[in-house]
Amino acid sequence: MLLRELSEIPGVSGDEHRVRDRIWQAIRDRVEGARVDALGNLIAWKGSGLPGPRVMLAAHMDEVGLMITRIDSHGLLRFRKVGGIDDRVLPAKTVRIGPEGIPGVIGGKPRHLLKPGEEKKPVSAEDLYIDIGAASREEVERVVRPGMYAAFATEFAEVGDGVVKGKAFDDRAGCALLVDLLAEDFPFPVFGVFTVQEEIGLRGARVAAYDVAPDLALVLEGTTCADIPGAAPHGQSTVFGAGPAITVMDATSIPSRPLVDGLVRAAQRRGIPWQWKRTAFGGTDAGSIHLTREGVPAATVSVPCRYIHSPCAFMNGSDYENTRRLLLGFLQDLPAAAAGLHGV
Amino acid sequence: MNPPTIDLTRLKSLIAELAPAFGPSGEEGPIRELIAARVRPLVDEVRTDALGNLIAVKRGGASGARRVMVSAHMDEIGVIVTHIDDDGFLRFAPVGAMRAPVLLGQRVMFDDGTVGTVGSEKLDDPKDLKLDRLFIDIGAASRKEAAERVRIGSMAVYAQDVRAAGRCLTGKALDDRSGCAALIEVMHQLQAEPSPHDVYFVFSVQEEVGLRGARTAAYAIEPDVAFAVDVTATGDIPKGERLAVKVGGGAAIKIKDRSLITHPRLRRLLIDTAEACGIPYQLEVLPYGGTDAGAVHLTRAGVPSGVISIPTRYLHTPGEMLDPHDVAAAAALLAEALRNPLAVGPD
Repeated sequence: MLLRELSEIPGVSGDEHRVRDRIWQAIRDRVEGARVDALGNLIAWKGSGLPGPRVMLAAHMDEVGLMITRIDSHGLLRFRKVGGIDDRVLPAKTVRIGPEGIPGVIGGKPRHLLKPGEEKKPVSAEDLYIDIGAASREEVERVVRPGMYAAFATEFAEVGDGVVKGKAFDDRAGCALLVDLLAEDFPFPVFGVFTVQEEIGLRGARVAAYDVAPDLALVLEGTTCADIPGAAPHGQSTVFGAGPAITVMDATSIPSRPLVDGLVRAAQRRGIPWQWKRTAFGGTDAGSIHLTREGVPAATVSVPCRYIHSPCAFMNGSDYENTRRLLLGFLQDLPAAAAGLHGV
Repeated sequence: MNPPTIDLTRLKSLIAELAPAFGPSGEEGPIRELIAARVRPLVDEVRTDALGNLIAVKRGGASGARRVMVSAHMDEIGVIVTHIDDDGFLRFAPVGAMRAPVLLGQRVMFDDGTVGTVGSEKLDDPKDLKLDRLFIDIGAASRKEAAERVRIGSMAVYAQDVRAAGRCLTGKALDDRSGCAALIEVMHQLQAEPSPHDVYFVFSVQEEVGLRGARTAAYAIEPDVAFAVDVTATGDIPKGERLAVKVGGGAAIKIKDRSLITHPRLRRLLIDTAEACGIPYQLEVLPYGGTDAGAVHLTRAGVPSGVISIPTRYLHTPGEMLDPHDVAAAAALLAEALRNPLAVGPD
C-alpha cells in the first residue's frame, strides 16, 4: 500500500527527497515527462500536446517536524519546530534523526522536579530536548550535527473498521491521491505537482505554479477534523467519515467560486458524500498558486484527518476513496465545463 | 494652473450608487457589473481577469507614452457563513478586518437580498464579545429553511446606504468605493483633457484579505508607474489616534504605510502638481495598514508607485465618513498627475 510507505517516510520541510524518490517510482510509468525544479518540487505531466485548460493538481510532500539546533554538554539535543506543531503533543514521542534515522525520544523535566505551579503551565518546546541515549556531547557529535532534521517515528497501522493511523497524512494523503489520479488519462494537459515546503509558507507551490503557468489548479490536502467531545458544532472543521471537504475560504485564499460549484456538482451528480470545511483559518498551496502570474482560479479539496500536525493522525478509508472519486469526477466533467471555469 | 473642475454633484451621486452595492472580497460580481456599466462609455477597452479584477484601458497613444496603472479596490469587508445550526442561525468567519463590537446588532445582507441581524450568545463579561460568539439571524425557523436562502460559503456585508451628514457623506464601504468613484471621475477628466499615457484603470479584488487582486493585475499590465487611490485613517476625532491627516483637509499624499514607501519622484510629482494647480492636499504617514500599491510596487522587476488617500473616519464600520471635497481633490490631483511626462528609471 503506497499510503503506508509514504506515511512512514521522513520528509520534513526542506528534506523531501525520500518522499520524492518514492513518488517518482510510483508515477514514472504513468506520466509523459517530469522534472525536479530548483527548490525540489516534482513536476510531472501528461497530455501536454492536447488542447484545453492546463490543469495543475498539487499535493505537498513535506510534513511538520523538528530540526536539531544545538547539542548541549550532557549530550542532549535541542531543537526547533519546523511548521506548526502544538507543543503539548511533543513530550515522550519517538523521533528519527538525520539521514541514518537515529532513534531518539523527546524528553523534558520529570514531574517530581517541577517547581510549585509549574505543573499547571503548558509545556514549552524550548524546555524539551531529544535524547538519543548518548552520554556526552562528543558521543552525539559522532552521529548528529545541528541542522539535521528529526521526523516523528510513527508506524502506519489499520485500526477499527477501515480507519488508518499514521503520521504525515497532511499531505501524504494528497500525494497518494495525486499518484492515483495520474494513472488516468484526460483529454487536456495535466500537471501533477508534488510540492516542497508547504508547511513553512506555501513556498514550493509558488515557484512551481510560476513554471507550470496553469489555467486552473486543484490542491489536494489532508485537513483538520475536530468532531470531538467539547467542540461546538460551528468550531468543528470537518466531520470524520463524512466525505471530502471543500474549502470556501481560508487565511490564504478565497477559492474560485466556479471551481467550487463544479466540485459540488461533480459530487451531487455521482451521489458522492461531501462536506464543507467549516472553519476559515489555515492555508494551503492554493494561497500561493492563485496569485501566480496573471492569477489562477484555484480550489482545495481535503481528506479530513483527526489529530493532524501531531505524531499520529487518523484517516478514514472511505473519506480517501470518496475524495478520489470526487476529484476524478470533477476532472471527467471538466471538458464540458471548462469554458465557464476560467475567469469568473 | 487652475484646478480641474470636478462635478461634485456627479461625484457624490456616484459614491452613493457604488458604496451600497454588494461586493465582499472574492464575491465582487455585483459591484463589478455596476462599475463596468459606468466606465464602458469612458474608455477604449474593458476586461475582467482570472481573479475578477476589472481592467479598463484608456489609451493616450502619444510618443513616449507610459503604461500607468491606476488602482482602487472594489471589494469590501464582510462575513462568510461557516455553519448553519439546527434552529437556522448562521455562524460565520470574518472576510477582512471585521470587529465583533462593531458587528453586534448590525443588519447584514446577502447578494440575493436576504437580510439578517447579527446577534450574540448571552455573555457574562463584555470581554467575551468575540466573533465566534456571534451569529446571524435571518428569521429562519430551522436549518432547512435557512439553507433555502444561504449556504456554507455565502457572504454578507453591512446593509447600509449612503447619506449626507453636513458636508460629509456617511455609509458602508466608502473604503474603497470612494476611490472607485474617484477613478471614474478621472476618466471623465481625461475625456475633457486627455493624458498622453496608456492608463490602465484597475478596480481590484481581494484587497481587504491581502492585496491579492492588484498583484496579479500588475503582473499582467507590467506598468511603468502605478498609483493607488484608497481611504486612510484620520486623527481628527475626540481622543483619537495621533495622526495629522484630517477629514476636509484635501487629498492625502501618502509618504508611507506598512506596505509601501512612496517612490520619491512620485511623491514630489504629486506635491508639486497639487501646489501648482491649487489642489488642497495634506501629507500622510500611516504607521500601519497597506494598499494595492504595496503589492504593485513589488511586481516583476519593481514598479515606482504612489498613493493618493481619501481621509475617512470610522473605517471598517457601517458608518464610515468622508468629505466628498477630499474625493474631488484626489481625483483632480490624479488627473493632473497623469498629464505629466512621468519619467521612469531610478530617482
